Amino acid sequence: MTLVSGWGRFPVVDSDVLRPRSFAAVGEAVSAGSVARGNGRAYGDAAIGATRTVTMTGFDRVRSFDPATGRIRLEAGVLLSDLIDTFGPRGFLPFVVPGTRFVSIGGAIAADVHGKNHHSEGGFGRYVDSILLRTGQGEVIEASRDENSDAFFATVGGMGLTGIILEATMRLRRVETGWIRERVISASDLDAAMRALEAGDAATYSVAWIDCVARGRDLGRSLVYLGEHADKGELAEGADAFPVGKDSRLSLPLDLPSIALNRISVRAFNELYYRMGARRAGGSHVVSLYPYFFPLDSVSDWNRIYGKRGFLQHQCVIPQAGARAVLGEILDRVARRGDASFLAVLKKLGQGDGILSFPLPGYTLALDFPVKGDILNFLDEIDPLVVAAGGRLYLAKDARQSRATFEAGYPALQRFNAIRKSLDPAGNIRSKLSQRLFDEV
Amino acid sequence: MTSRKSVLVLGGSSDIGRAAARAFAKAGYDVALAGRDVAALEPDAADLRARYNVEVGLHKFDVLDTAAFESFVGALPALPDIVVSIVGLLGVQADAESDLVHATAIMRSNYEGPALILGLFAEKFLARGSGTIVGVSSVAGDRGRASNYVYGSAKAGFSAFLSGLRARASRGGVHVVTVKPGFVRTRMTEGMKLIGPLTVEAPVVGDAILRAVEDKTDVVYVSGKWRLVMLIIKVLPEAVFKKLKF
Repeated sequence: MTLVSGWGRFPVVDSDVLRPRSFAAVGEAVSAGSVARGNGRAYGDAAIGATRTVTMTGFDRVRSFDPATGRIRLEAGVLLSDLIDTFGPRGFLPFVVPGTRFVSIGGAIAADVHGKNHHSEGGFGRYVDSILLRTGQGEVIEASRDENSDAFFATVGGMGLTGIILEATMRLRRVETGWIRERVISASDLDAAMRALEAGDAATYSVAWIDCVARGRDLGRSLVYLGEHADKGELAEGADAFPVGKDSRLSLPLDLPSIALNRISVRAFNELYYRMGARRAGGSHVVSLYPYFFPLDSVSDWNRIYGKRGFLQHQCVIPQAGARAVLGEILDRVARRGDASFLAVLKKLGQGDGILSFPLPGYTLALDFPVKGDILNFLDEIDPLVVAAGGRLYLAKDARQSRATFEAGYPALQRFNAIRKSLDPAGNIRSKLSQRLFDEV
Repeated sequence: MTSRKSVLVLGGSSDIGRAAARAFAKAGYDVALAGRDVAALEPDAADLRARYNVEVGLHKFDVLDTAAFESFVGALPALPDIVVSIVGLLGVQADAESDLVHATAIMRSNYEGPALILGLFAEKFLARGSGTIVGVSSVAGDRGRASNYVYGSAKAGFSAFLSGLRARASRGGVHVVTVKPGFVRTRMTEGMKLIGPLTVEAPVVGDAILRAVEDKTDVVYVSGKWRLVMLIIKVLPEAVFKKLKF
């Protein structure tokens, strides 16, 4: 047994970790209580097997690529970073990228990850044409919108619970450059931030960073980032059409003591970040895709900043109609508490594609908290606000929501469970997350 | 064939072999992969073609079949610009201490085979007047240790062979690179206790090999920390060293 955790390093639990090198070995690795794991960027317990964790990063080959159509067939362990570094210079990028590029294709499908363009272009699964899946009962099937479509729509966003994703075919976006034309809007409070995001509906990319320390009149003050793919004519003289993706320049070789993140340091960081961003607000400028899409990737192991007890990310989505009131209430409670930190992100989402996909039309808010004190109770008191507004929590980030919260948030759960059961009657595929939220006890 | 430069990777199905092949293909080289099981190399060939739009050839090569080396080299469609040997066998030290067959396999896979095949390429390269030879040896060859001296002694022999070959071949326009990767997270080291800060991923080694070829480096410790660690290990007096168990 090995101690395993997700990116949030909470919880830390025992699981056998296997690293198969052939599809035959994947079959041998799967036994009762197994789930696939990609690059371990799910925050909580989604990619930890109930008893066995099947690591898929050894499957990192591109099977085929057609430059005429941008269609690519990949093994599930290929990382988006690899895809971007390899095909970006050839003029192709993934249609959807989440906030880190260090996720596997299999993980991106299983979580149906979203990016800054969900409101305009949908999630990762929308650009996946078919999936080679090893089901819990050992069948290897190709699932697409036309063939085994139940399995396809259950696998997109299905948190790995339909089986082991072995390969996938997806479409890449043709781009002229690897640069983004960015416009920063400074919003003095939550209403202004939401207005800016509404006005940004026409933008391909939009996201708001919220200063979640600001209170009172300043509650919800934000920097809103809008972006479009830049064409060659917009680049500075002599700039390469595709920027070089630097390795992380900084890294945290050890856990910071939990005292390092406190009200004063977090407040200072947020104040500084807001002021620096506000200075850039107004005009538009061209930035490399790397800092635009993946600002945190420049610090490797940034999760260690929260200390060895780890951290929790609470990411909810609230349907459009009730969003303003609930977001205001959550932000107010967080600001009063004072220990929410670097990452507080607000963004508009559109319709999800998979049966269990997280997105729904409305606003998503992501907040990070170090694991300490009464944080679990605090979040348990936030969840009813989300549920009452018809919202839900993102399973890829979750480590602690209750079954009641989960079941209320995902009304398609019964349909998902029926498909899961048909693919895996014996219930071989089980994760710590499925034990916590899905499985019969 | 194209006008691009070409590299032949011996041991192409190993993790470091795959990483080296990718690094060269990314830099625009045509690639030939050689290994015992050609069919098993097919997915890697497809990967290189899809990613980098280069030509990829596959060849059967068994490092223990030294009798076939000359015909292997002769059968290549063209002499590559660069040849990289990743071939090796870690084996199990405890078994090798009493099992002569296993010890022989370790010695032949890490020394005899790689040295002979690279020596053969060196002759061809010298006749042509150009070429680069890369041997992946090991920090284990820097000093024989209680825990892996069968493997280490074979790597020591290979390092010495490369050193001498380099001195001789440099006068004939042929460059020889010795690579000492240190701990690498690969199939070979799976299950071993690796020391985190001294351990690298295979792609780091692949990139280091390409850089060493292009910069004409002689001896590469992939992580600079290993140069220091091995320096200390090398200068320990034998009286102290023999008491260490590692």
